[in-house]
Amino acid sequence: MLDFVQQLVSGIALGCVYGLIALGFVLVYKATEVVNFAQGDLMMLGGFFAFTFIGMLGLNYWVGFAGAVAAMALFGMLAERVVVRPILGYPQFSIIMATIGLGYFLRSVSGIIWGTDDFKIETPFSQGVLRIGSLVLAYDKLSVIAATIILCTLLYLFFNRTTLGTAMRASSENMLAAYYMGIPVKRVVSIVWAISAAVAACAGVLLAPITFIHSNVGLVLGLKAFPAAVLGGFGSIPGAVVGGVLIGVIESMAGFYLPQGWKDVAPYIVLLAVLLLKPEGLFGLHVRKKV
Amino acid sequence: MRFLFKTDYDDDIRLLPHSGYVYSYGLLLAVLLIAPHVLSSYLMSQLVFVCIYATVGVGLLILTGFTGQASLGHAAFLAIGAYTAAYLQQFDVPFPVYFLAAGLLTGVVGALVGFPALRLQGIYLVIATISFAFIVEEILARWESVTHGNEGMRVKTMQLLGTSVSRDSPTFYYLCLAVLVLTIIGTLNLLRSPTGRAFVAIRDSETAARSMGINVSLYKVKSFAISAAITGFAGVLFAHKLSFISPEMFTLQLSIEFIIVILIGGTFSLHGAVLGAIFLVMIDPFLTYLKDDMPGVIAGVAAAFGAGKERAGHIQDAVAAFASANGLKGAIYGIIIVVFVLFEPLGLYGRWLKIKLFFQLFPLYKRATFKRQKIYVKSERNR
Repeated sequence: MLDFVQQLVSGIALGCVYGLIALGFVLVYKATEVVNFAQGDLMMLGGFFAFTFIGMLGLNYWVGFAGAVAAMALFGMLAERVVVRPILGYPQFSIIMATIGLGYFLRSVSGIIWGTDDFKIETPFSQGVLRIGSLVLAYDKLSVIAATIILCTLLYLFFNRTTLGTAMRASSENMLAAYYMGIPVKRVVSIVWAISAAVAACAGVLLAPITFIHSNVGLVLGLKAFPAAVLGGFGSIPGAVVGGVLIGVIESMAGFYLPQGWKDVAPYIVLLAVLLLKPEGLFGLHVRKKV
Repeated sequence: MRFLFKTDYDDDIRLLPHSGYVYSYGLLLAVLLIAPHVLSSYLMSQLVFVCIYATVGVGLLILTGFTGQASLGHAAFLAIGAYTAAYLQQFDVPFPVYFLAAGLLTGVVGALVGFPALRLQGIYLVIATISFAFIVEEILARWESVTHGNEGMRVKTMQLLGTSVSRDSPTFYYLCLAVLVLTIIGTLNLLRSPTGRAFVAIRDSETAARSMGINVSLYKVKSFAISAAITGFAGVLFAHKLSFISPEMFTLQLSIEFIIVILIGGTFSLHGAVLGAIFLVMIDPFLTYLKDDMPGVIAGVAAAFGAGKERAGHIQDAVAAFASANGLKGAIYGIIIVVFVLFEPLGLYGRWLKIKLFFQLFPLYKRATFKRQKIYVKSERNR
């Protein structure tokens, strides 16, 4: 029983990691109907920025954290301006390919700049564990869970309660109509990319003590976070976190109870099964097309 | 300019509309046939890869370009074809038999993937095909009694009509070329048949296609099966060319490369698959050239423009360091993809058409002919 609870808890912690990255996917999708395949790589870049600020320049952890988030927000805007804006309004597939290209570029450029070693950041959460009874949970994982909950709540409120959030939802439903209603669509899209890059930077910095930072971390985690976002229904913010947690728990359970090899495939099998039954994911909107 | 006067439907669907086609393709075929006697063995090897990639590209074009169903899982189909060949070969099954068996099996698997994909749209389909590819990759790594797991499988030299065909011989090249040409001719015929027109109708509007009485599910599954089968055939050749296969060769990276092939070539015509394959495969020799010769060339140019000998040396070192940086290939890949998506959405074949039209219409060519219309897609959620 204890094994089960311990696996569950560590699965949830792992799932929050995926959820945190999946949030970035969902944000961009929710606001622009674009899938950003470079999301994991933005996360990786955020981690490298934080490493530069904290590890190389010797800044305070929190200052470095804020610096990395701000830098990534700017970078997100830049990426949107250069890669996405010229093809905004064209079929999804071209934008997917463009972001895949962006991901390739970021991966190899950061490999050239920072080298291919694993990097580590010293954080206030690096040491120590929380014990509840005989359950053990490391602080660094706890910090990820806390950050996921906070960011998810904030973003949920932002999208549903603020004017800007409403504008974002409007421009995703029908760009042209939103523009006619006086919404500055281009600026909205740009802000969304900034936010999602900032979220990615948060994920990158928080993950640094757990997964370390290297140029391929974004690809590896991005490929796990992506099913999480799909599982939750791509346009739903709480869905992303729920999907992430589900994937994390499944992976952790499969690693513990099933023979070797199932750990990596189990999330995808579950994903395919869910997509078969509910093609829009667990929390996706199902709207019939009117002809 | 030539005007084709079409008087009936047969004129409209002719594969070779006028004699110019016969001459130019005949010339191309002749060049390809004498290529092994002219080119170096390295270039020949690359040319074989061009044929294999182009075959996969044609398969992918049927699914993505003409039926409008995105797939990032074609590496898995290639793997199934390759492994079927390697497995059957152990039992001394002759080449033609396992070649056909590989295509057939891959086609069946493709149809099986097509069924769950029926209900999926856009991004959900992409992730479903990625998941499928991951699962296949894992099965290949774990099903050790058949696939030898991560140790990989050795593929013996091909036995064709009693003679052994080594993977570097001209005969193997001719075989790959024949497969490619037959695939292209078969696909062209498919595309002018009712099935092919149904594919295109589904791509353009599923709702409209259904209301015209097209059985959308049936044709989507057909498209998946045909596309997978062609990829399976290519897989057999791929296995023979590499002579060793292991699960880590068939990753998402390879699926992305196939997408790059049709994206760079152009997704609206079969020419695209071939041009894209040439581009993708020839990038490697080009980068090697860049690495070896560029520093010297640039330093020479710098010296010619009056830089001192020492400066030129520095420049040469700097360029060499840049060119040999780890992972430069990835950056170049990335830039190429982005540049093509942004500036050349019709791909290399689109560029060729534009150049051709420029000379045909000279001096009346106007850029707007090929301008993309912004469509401001409404939410795909409401489709």
